[in-house]
Amino acid sequence: MTPPVLHPPGYLPAPDGTHPPLESPGYRSTGLRAPQQQPVVLPDRLTEVTGPLLTGPVRPGDDDLTIGEHGEAQGQRIVVFGRVLDSDGRPLPGTLVEIWQANAAGRYAHRWDNWPAPLDPNFTGGGRVITDKLGNYSFTTIKPGAYPWGNHHNAWRPAHIHFSLFGRAFTQRLVTQMYFPDDPLFGQDPIFNSVPEQARHRLVSTFDLDATRPEWALAFRFDIVLRGRGQTPFEEPHA
Amino acid sequence: MSATQLDLTPSQTVGPYLSLGLPWPDGPDVVPEGTPGAVVIGGTVYDGQGAPVVDAVIETWQADPAGRFDHPDDPRRAAAREGSEYPGFRAFGRAPTDDEGHWSVRTLLPGPLPGFGDDPAQAPHIDVSVFARGLLDRVVTRIYFPDFAEANATDPVLAAVPGERRHTLLAEPDGAGRYRFDIRLRGDGETVFLQI
Repeated sequence: MTPPVLHPPGYLPAPDGTHPPLESPGYRSTGLRAPQQQPVVLPDRLTEVTGPLLTGPVRPGDDDLTIGEHGEAQGQRIVVFGRVLDSDGRPLPGTLVEIWQANAAGRYAHRWDNWPAPLDPNFTGGGRVITDKLGNYSFTTIKPGAYPWGNHHNAWRPAHIHFSLFGRAFTQRLVTQMYFPDDPLFGQDPIFNSVPEQARHRLVSTFDLDATRPEWALAFRFDIVLRGRGQTPFEEPHA
Repeated sequence: MSATQLDLTPSQTVGPYLSLGLPWPDGPDVVPEGTPGAVVIGGTVYDGQGAPVVDAVIETWQADPAGRFDHPDDPRRAAAREGSEYPGFRAFGRAPTDDEGHWSVRTLLPGPLPGFGDDPAQAPHIDVSVFARGLLDRVVTRIYFPDFAEANATDPVLAAVPGERRHTLLAEPDGAGRYRFDIRLRGDGETVFLQI
């Protein structure tokens, strides 16, 4: 009997200039937490090219953050939507997308956030959804506010939504933040600016008038690209 | 084969408030409570001054005790799917650190992975992602087990790690059915992190 071949192709490494350096002195918390030693290269093997294909933790309604326990959340209603793809252009269907964010006033419903902006009893700020067959996801939420965070004098985080993605391989895992177009706070934010300059725009959503819900909600598109294998998709395109 | 590639989305930190979005009630349960043979693996995450990191989340990904993955890219998936031998085994764990910087997951020990082609077999291991405020990208490491000294001696990943730092990838026995795996993000005794 021939032993099974356990050599699925690996994923292309992220090109230089994609991710922020772990050591980014402008973001003070990196000073005590970013490793100092060079990482040891781990080639993709079976553990890395596989990964959790999760559907479990999503309940109906987890894609709508505006429905609170006692009523509707305060703030500007928005639809945040897009497609999850790999860098080969292949959509990633059935993959878990998780988000969390501050409320309209820029306050997180978290016991450690003591910035004196109002909490909203109808907004907890966490959402989950599974991408459809074409890799599409969509959330209904509230536009988050900006907030000061003490990193340096008068430091303000631009409005953002945290995103967590799995793809289909351990190697593809990504946590990131989505920003809003033309935010005047970009220039002074060391977290946004930790990303190499030519890649920063990839974190900024685009306003999409066609995707707005008339008389109801504005819409912002945020497509997310995870690592691919450098192979042309062989499935027939669905789009 | 490499056609035009789309530009990758850059990473950003999870920030301090990740507990609003990431934890699940059963996240640390790779297997349900009461599973025969289950072990608890856990430890403390420390920063560069030795202070516990109370706002991190640890994720684990591993083979089942037979060394298989229930995933389409594992050619032995069919066998793993039949794997009623390991009911409720999710292969993935997610555990936020608590107010003491401690995390833990309940799981089954992974099996060794067979070799193929020029690649040697791999000792039983668990892939780990660490996310935290102050980490602009996740850092990745692996947990190995002292129980498998012979397999560890020929593991290709351990072999690539400088000998004096190899111990940072080995869990320590911590009583019956328990292992300790501390993670030191920076400085003295810094855990070996892996570039994937």
